Amino acid sequence: MSTELFTILRFELIVCVLIFLLLVMKLMDADKSCKQLLWTVNILLFINFAASFLHIPTATLFNGFFRTNDLIELEKTILNLGVLLIPLLASRWLYKHAEISIEFYILMLSSLLGGFITLSSGHVLMLYLGIEISTIPIAALANFNKHERRSSEAGIKFILSSAFSTGMLLFGISLLYGAYGNLSFDYLQANLTPDLLTLLAFAFMMGGFFFKMSAVPFHLWAADVYEGAPMAVTSYLSVVSKCSIVFVFVSILMTVFQHLSGEWLEIISVVAILSMTVGNLFAMRQQNLKRLLGFSSISQIGFVLVGITGNSILGLDSTLYFMLIYVLSNICFFGVLGAVADATGKEDLNSFKGFYRTNPFLALMMGVSLLSLAGVPPTSGFFGKLFLLASAMGDRMYILIIFAGINLVLSLYNYLRIIKYIFIDTPEEQLCVGRTKVMTATLMFCCIAILCIGFISSVYQYIDWAGRQTF
Amino acid sequence: MEQIPLSHILILSSALFFLGAYGFFARRNLITVLMSTELILNSVNINFVAFNKYLYPEQLEGVFFTLFIIIVAAAEVSLSIAIIINLYRKFKTIDIDDTTTMKY
Repeated sequence: MSTELFTILRFELIVCVLIFLLLVMKLMDADKSCKQLLWTVNILLFINFAASFLHIPTATLFNGFFRTNDLIELEKTILNLGVLLIPLLASRWLYKHAEISIEFYILMLSSLLGGFITLSSGHVLMLYLGIEISTIPIAALANFNKHERRSSEAGIKFILSSAFSTGMLLFGISLLYGAYGNLSFDYLQANLTPDLLTLLAFAFMMGGFFFKMSAVPFHLWAADVYEGAPMAVTSYLSVVSKCSIVFVFVSILMTVFQHLSGEWLEIISVVAILSMTVGNLFAMRQQNLKRLLGFSSISQIGFVLVGITGNSILGLDSTLYFMLIYVLSNICFFGVLGAVADATGKEDLNSFKGFYRTNPFLALMMGVSLLSLAGVPPTSGFFGKLFLLASAMGDRMYILIIFAGINLVLSLYNYLRIIKYIFIDTPEEQLCVGRTKVMTATLMFCCIAILCIGFISSVYQYIDWAGRQTF
Repeated sequence: MEQIPLSHILILSSALFFLGAYGFFARRNLITVLMSTELILNSVNINFVAFNKYLYPEQLEGVFFTLFIIIVAAAEVSLSIAIIINLYRKFKTIDIDDTTTMKY
């Protein structure tokens, strides 16, 4: 039993050990020699990522509170990939803040641990604890630049809105407890009936989830936090934490709330249309690139919700597939943006005029990631969006698909506007952005992955296989 | 001895929840906003304990959930207070409108 425990809890245990190691390193003043330290930590993160390819059998632990299967393993691997790539791209920024770089890793890994617990939860209590563990460290991370006004503002906005959304989620959970008296997922799935109290509880819980995902009626915090937080934190927030919440949202809708699917399909369609439209329209008038990406990520969440309305195995597969591509494209984009902001302090659109003339490599990487986010054919973003729409098509959500089509055009405008600034306009000023070898390699990796994943069908087939094992 | 009916307690907790929600959006002082979120969490606690005692007295799930909520809320508050103190050092104010620099 005991060795089995270690294999089943492997993801969580490795992250816990890493956190403790980093704490000890902090105590031993290891951050005096910053460069070696960063290398050590990055290698540890790589080992963590590599370890996620070892297979874990399907199992449950602690009376069903914790469960793991092929699908959850795959989702955790995607999160691990994000956590590996983000510090590699932010290495120069971390080097600058050498005295607190260990804290960055510790907080990021704690948040990752929360994401793992959320994904593996088999009981609403674990779900709640996981969500909290994954959000609270992010607030501290958003406030990372203690001497900057915007950073503190982002921190306080994030923690307050996440506290409010947790309150909503919990109120829904408490009503659910009143209605059923048992909160384990298996029990709820078997016994859920669409009566009035359940629907009220469900509405509150949806509100909480939409808040965490920054879908539209609850999106107000997102752009501010994206803009104010440091670049590495923004990319973590928009990639890893969003991924974990979307994954758990999909699997909960498809299992626990399957009996309410008639109700949630309507809610999600409305929220999807609103998110796509509002996100794209607000993104059009932004000059700050981080803020623009904040709004565009709202509209991307809208597209994910379109895929979820498929309410089938295809919906689950396409969501996972899209999120994998979204992780790579977003990390690539924020990596370049972070390098520029770090070297020059500029992150508004105008200073990127003629970026291609001065820094061809970085500009190309940025262009590829933007095309992938927009969903232009040779990149894998196209296939991601195609599968999402195909999934909604399978459920005959025609009106939703028409709105998604219009929004694809709108989002294309947003991304092409940045591309025009980068490639066509003439430069007004020289942006000198150096890059390290690690950064170049990581960007190349992201770029090749973006270009290739769409053509390697085994990726999608593996996701599909893992999904079918579970449902 | 007669018990207070469950509906009374539920009315209390719902009122507390919406008072908290109102305070969260209407108040301008960051500490008061934080207190409003605490009101929301406490209304949830009342719900859990009441449901547990009246409807499912043979188990303890609701009480345990309440314990966890209290612990997590403490962590959340301590972090928010730390951020507010940091803000106060920068802005010399804890009013939401004054601290907001980022706009549409």
